Amino acid sequence: MIHVTELLDASVYDAQGNYIGRVRELCLVPTEQTGRIARLVISRGRYQPLVARYDQVASAAPGVVRLNTGELQLDTYHPDESWLTVRKDLLDQQIIDLHGRKVVRVNDLDLVEQPINSHMELFVAKVDVGLGGALRRLFKGVVPPYVIRTLQKGLPTRSIPWEFVDLIEPDPKRRLKLRLPHDKLAQLHPADLADIIEELAPSEREAVIESLPEATAAEALGEVKDELQARILEELEPERAAGILEQMPPDEAANVFADLPADVATQVLEDMESSEADELTELLQFAADTAGGMMTPEVFASVESTTVAQVAGALRGAEVPVDSLDAIYLINNDNALVGAVPLGRLLLADSGAALGSLQAEQLIFADAQAHEKQVIELFDKYNLRSLPVVDAEQKLLGMITVDDIVSRLWQKQT
Amino acid sequence: MAKANVKEWLEVVRAPYPRLRRWRRRAFIYAAVVGPGLITATVNQDAGGIYTYSLAGAQFGYLLLWTVLPTAVALYITQEMAARLGAATGKGLSDLIREEFGFRVTFFLLAALLAVNLGNILAEFAGIAASMQLFGVSKYVTVPAAALLIWFVVLRGSHRTVERIFLVGCVFYLSYVVSAVLAEPDWYDAAYYTVRPTVEWNTSYLLLVVGLIGSTIAPWQFFYLQAGVVERNVPKARYWETRADVFAGTVSCAVIVASIIIACAASLHHAGVTNIADAAAAAHALRPLAGEYASLLFAVGLLMASLLAASIVPLSTAYVVCEGLGVEASLNRPFREAPFFYSLYTALIVVGAGLILLPRTPLIRIMVFSQVVNGFLLPVVLVFMLKLINRKDLMGEWRNSAAYNLIAWGTAALMIVLTLTLTYLALRGVPGLPVG
Repeated sequence: MIHVTELLDASVYDAQGNYIGRVRELCLVPTEQTGRIARLVISRGRYQPLVARYDQVASAAPGVVRLNTGELQLDTYHPDESWLTVRKDLLDQQIIDLHGRKVVRVNDLDLVEQPINSHMELFVAKVDVGLGGALRRLFKGVVPPYVIRTLQKGLPTRSIPWEFVDLIEPDPKRRLKLRLPHDKLAQLHPADLADIIEELAPSEREAVIESLPEATAAEALGEVKDELQARILEELEPERAAGILEQMPPDEAANVFADLPADVATQVLEDMESSEADELTELLQFAADTAGGMMTPEVFASVESTTVAQVAGALRGAEVPVDSLDAIYLINNDNALVGAVPLGRLLLADSGAALGSLQAEQLIFADAQAHEKQVIELFDKYNLRSLPVVDAEQKLLGMITVDDIVSRLWQKQT
Repeated sequence: MAKANVKEWLEVVRAPYPRLRRWRRRAFIYAAVVGPGLITATVNQDAGGIYTYSLAGAQFGYLLLWTVLPTAVALYITQEMAARLGAATGKGLSDLIREEFGFRVTFFLLAALLAVNLGNILAEFAGIAASMQLFGVSKYVTVPAAALLIWFVVLRGSHRTVERIFLVGCVFYLSYVVSAVLAEPDWYDAAYYTVRPTVEWNTSYLLLVVGLIGSTIAPWQFFYLQAGVVERNVPKARYWETRADVFAGTVSCAVIVASIIIACAASLHHAGVTNIADAAAAAHALRPLAGEYASLLFAVGLLMASLLAASIVPLSTAYVVCEGLGVEASLNRPFREAPFFYSLYTALIVVGAGLILLPRTPLIRIMVFSQVVNGFLLPVVLVFMLKLINRKDLMGEWRNSAAYNLIAWGTAALMIVLTLTLTYLALRGVPGLPVG
């Protein structure tokens, strides 16, 4: 194993042992193969720098790189945006540690050598974020490499395998050229993603959100602390922001949306699908600290005469996730709330039973204008998991679920 | 309709509803923007600063008031750049320096910052001890109590609470303004000498000019301010709010400096008391001349100033060092997730307070050392900031304009010369000049 700091500024010799120059930069070409050191940029003082390809390297040791060709076979160096450079793009920059689920700063890279035919390929094995790497950076060029190697022996190593590293490229144009994979990032838990997003600078946040599928981005955004949510959407393209808002639960979306500046809000609303936009604007009519502002308009409602079998059939055909389903609300022909059937009763009932016969003895609901405090009191008093919300004419508008209550209480506390 | 595809017997009911305005959290966000700039500029008036201003007033009356304006300009120019760096990049200053100038430079810079800030912390605890001694309380009681209080409040309070405490602390600086009024100064003279620079060609006058302007900016301010701006996440389009905050801080700083000079000029200088040993001595000397209340307010101001700076500097130092080294730093995480951060923060307070209590601490020598390191650190930080803020790939349209650059480089050059002069004087051991 060899460290990148030991290779940078190393002397380069050709096949005959003649000195060519010094290693100025190591480059990866992610579109060819991830992790391979594909190019070595060799500086020669005032002459134009040269580039050695990976198959022109014969051996690499601390401070010394030997090539298997002559100087004349090397190309001259022209900067290429699709190359990932070690010194500029990796060392000292922030990366996402997918395993530890946090943002860390790169101190050094650990390379492994793989002899292939007549050349030696170098692959990035690990990213060093610990004291060892820091020590090498500090003493490089001042203390001989073997002394550094002895010094770092006793130190605890902290490194991340290359496959668990996600690189953040804030520049959108360069992002396209590099085509870095982000599939593993999207598999992180939304709450972890949110923590990562909170730690990054705006341009990097944008890079991370851009790399996620819309649904994942929406979930992650929902977990980001409130005052940052609108800020993040503001930074995105309106179209992308609209897409993410559509994927969020309507009550959460309304909360974020209410914090957007007026001009951005209008723009985003125009880019949203009309049905989603309508839903959002209607939710926004309620103050955030009332039942109306807390509720989600997505509820399952039916009339008393519907049978259990019909409900089950309808639920199977529903495109909306039924994970949060807790009760079926009963309404009359005027859409007024008349009862509720807890999910448990539905499960145990005969398939032919009518919903009206299964309803809970007591119907508890909140007026859309009821204050947050009253809502929380209801949840506490009746041990609720969900609570229907109605308007002044008893018409069903939506429901509040217990997870909203928990997060509100938690936010108040912290 | 969210559930258009659900069969008709299971439908989502939506009813039109009268329009109500959703209460917005905006107002709160606006209010919160008044923050880091004001705190940074105000906390700048720490024990050392207050002593310099008192001395200026006591020795030369209103004559040195003209230094307030150039000081304010230098403060505004440099702090605005730190704020802009934070607003445009969303990154802290040590982060930026590490990303652009590499690990080794950052390491030495942080080591220097640590040394300078430790000197600052020491001075703050000395200020706490001195001001409480005016009330007859022994330093062996006040310093440990203050250290514990600071440590506890900052670690236990949430970020918002702590910042609110800091902001309220800033209000106590108004006591200097009241002190100045109570001292019944000649306002006409005060106004006149504020706008009319007078130069006297004697050593102690020139020394004070160097001290007054040269100690205006300290490296920790840039790191603290920039971190504060980043923490706020104010979007670039609303950068004017941050700028307003920095401006408000500068104005309040200028008012406080002027008040202290005026208070001491109207009382001490007027009565011929020109030699005071430290800021607490100034408060003490005010009593027979400007009255009980003026003296009391002066002492309270000194105490609050020292307390505030003693809470902010260790915290900011621990943050910046961890950030630059890439070590976990957060008050929101438990000890086991950020052990280095918590240890460093605690160590800074313990060492700072402990050295004050030890009987034979060579305080002067530590202060001189701190000033010497500052003489190296401040120029480097200023030059790095100017380089960073002119980087197109980093700042885009937020770079300095050519005119602004001229003023900024000029200010930086002036501050560097003054800082180096202060360092030279500290090394020579010139008496009567505050260090740090």
